[in-house]
Amino acid sequence: MDAEMRELSYAQAIQEAMAIAMEADERVLLMGEDIGVYGGAFQVTGDLVERFGVDRVMDTPISELGGAGVAVGAAMTGLRPIFEFQFSDFATLALEQIVNQAAKMRFMLGGEVSVPVVMRFPAGSGTGAAAQHSQSLEAWLGHVPGLKVIQPATPYDAKGMLLAAIADPDPVMIFEHKLLYKMKGPVPEGHYTVPIGKADVRREGSDLTVVATSIMVHKSLEAAQALQAEGIDIEVIDLRTVRPMDKRTIIESVKKTSRLLCVYEAVKTLGVGAEVSAMIAESEAFDFLDAPIVRLGGAEIPIPYNPDLERATVPQVPDIVAAARDLVRGAR
Amino acid sequence: MARKAVLEKAAPTNLPFAYRHYDAGQLREVLRKMYLIRRFEEGAEDCYMRGLIHGTMHLSIGQEASAMGICMPLAEDDQITSTHRGHGHCIAKGAEVRKMFAEFFGKTTGYCKGRGGSMHIADVAKGNLGANGIVAGGIPIAVGAALSAKRLKTGKVVVSFFGDGANNEGAFHEALNMASIWKLPVVFVCENNGYGMSTSTARSTAVRNIADRAAAYSMPGVIVNGNSFTEVAEAAHAAIERARTGEGPTLIESKTYRYRGHSKSDRNRYRSKEEIEDWMSNRDPITLFEAELKEFGIIDDSGIEAVREAVRQEITEAIEFAKASPAPDIGDLQNYVYTELA
Ligand SMILES: Cc1ncc(C[n+]2csc(CCOP(=O)(O)OP(=O)(O)O)c2C)c(N)n1
Ligand SMILES: [Mg+2]
Repeated sequence: MDAEMRELSYAQAIQEAMAIAMEADERVLLMGEDIGVYGGAFQVTGDLVERFGVDRVMDTPISELGGAGVAVGAAMTGLRPIFEFQFSDFATLALEQIVNQAAKMRFMLGGEVSVPVVMRFPAGSGTGAAAQHSQSLEAWLGHVPGLKVIQPATPYDAKGMLLAAIADPDPVMIFEHKLLYKMKGPVPEGHYTVPIGKADVRREGSDLTVVATSIMVHKSLEAAQALQAEGIDIEVIDLRTVRPMDKRTIIESVKKTSRLLCVYEAVKTLGVGAEVSAMIAESEAFDFLDAPIVRLGGAEIPIPYNPDLERATVPQVPDIVAAARDLVRGAR
Repeated sequence: MARKAVLEKAAPTNLPFAYRHYDAGQLREVLRKMYLIRRFEEGAEDCYMRGLIHGTMHLSIGQEASAMGICMPLAEDDQITSTHRGHGHCIAKGAEVRKMFAEFFGKTTGYCKGRGGSMHIADVAKGNLGANGIVAGGIPIAVGAALSAKRLKTGKVVVSFFGDGANNEGAFHEALNMASIWKLPVVFVCENNGYGMSTSTARSTAVRNIADRAAAYSMPGVIVNGNSFTEVAEAAHAAIERARTGEGPTLIESKTYRYRGHSKSDRNRYRSKEEIEDWMSNRDPITLFEAELKEFGIIDDSGIEAVREAVRQEITEAIEFAKASPAPDIGDLQNYVYTELA
């Protein structure tokens, strides 16, 4: 580990990125519900209000639509707001401002404005928060040209991609899996960026390409580890960015392994896995496929409260192991 | 902007606000712009009827005094957010009609390079952050712009125009509340023309006056005759001063009327001909303003005719400019979705 690398949690990494950006640029400010003295619902902003004051760590009323709109307007006129949704589910209250305003403003005005806003969405299941506090809505926003949508999976990427998002002139939506907030990992000190729109090969392998997002990257790596004992060699790609998608990295990997498995937590149909599959089906990698493409996604139900049901709703390591094994052994 | 009141010495101080506050040249310019708005919209309507412009448009004919009264006290770098009925706001804030026509014709010389059209007309350089296709969509954005003004200490004031229909959207409530708790330099201007499409305010809105809602946000709520330039300007002036000195927002309800249908698809089944006739013949904002200007000796009939003629010519030339302008290249379809990095 480099000298300046430390172990930080995913939440700490995000907080550090925000602090660095605020230190460097007066225009950066945080907005959201209970992000001040409370520290944010998931303690991501923590004590930043003590360092930067209430004018730059702004508690908003419980006004997702209005708050998102204020962030959009501020971004159009010279500030660099980072707007925290308390839960990603509440994007549904603010879709007007995200989809109709932030995403399209530059286009509608013929390039006369930019909207450098960052919106952060604590997402995903696994906390027993049930159907309205556990969703993974990244594909919803990923469908909208004008937005950039990212899902960092590690503390390192959480910091680097957030810093890239803050520097980005366009609206960037960050989906942060709530179960990742406490995960620790090496994070360099100081400023660095991880590019938006670039996937990362987390593990090289020859038998199968797994394209995973967010927390599923870690589950897929675990599955790959387990399958190594069976002589199955899996490549795991961390998609990292939903829009714009890094097609090249996936295409090259599938050309090498000839098999593709997509693993994501969101509801399986009409999601990120559908896009990756279709993209490969349309690409030169199609001719290299030795097996059908398989998607492993969330069940077609709202996230249930009961913990066993909740776990059963989204792909788990044994599911990934079984799907990967079937694909490589030709059971598919 | 210190404006010299030329009439102040000569005239009694009970003159209406505008005639104390603006000089004769400024007042004649207001008349010219009111005509420019009306003739622009008549011209746009005509082009639409002749199939030269596609899509739809929402005309503000009958509401010109409101747009001018609000924008006149604004400084050039103050900002506005506008609505689907936003041509008047755009012109009042200083836009050039030829670039507006070019936008309506979908040309690259238009304000939005042909990507926005009537419903997204904007003039960022002159502080117009854009019309909006979403009812109440611009209200939170104006509050955000006011937040920028306060934080960046630019001294700017932001005006948010919206209609009576918009005041029943949640965004209205959220935005006014935040503007008030944070004391932001923003003025909310509800142009109450009596209807949101076909639905009258009596049928849609629980309070008698939209300004009554200001009390819920601890801000002044002011009702003005939106067809009287001087009344609107007086209220706007006070609200803008209040905003600029850091005292926070105001809600102005400008009561007015639109002569035309809601959009090009309106069959006017929800109001009577008599009602429309009454507003047109007894309360027309331009007629009212001209009568005052004449009464106070600021312009005479030949002066008015000269203004009309100049506007007619400007509109004709603007339409010619739009027609002659180049259309966007299909190869540029992907432009402006994301910020182009050099
Ligand atoms: C969120 C939303 N709902 C509905 C519409 C359709 N619509 C466009 S204008 C309008 C009426 C708005 O009335 P008002 O705010 O009074 O403005 P006016 O048209 O009278 O100027 C409606 C219903 C829309 N564009 N956006
Ligand atoms: Mg109306």
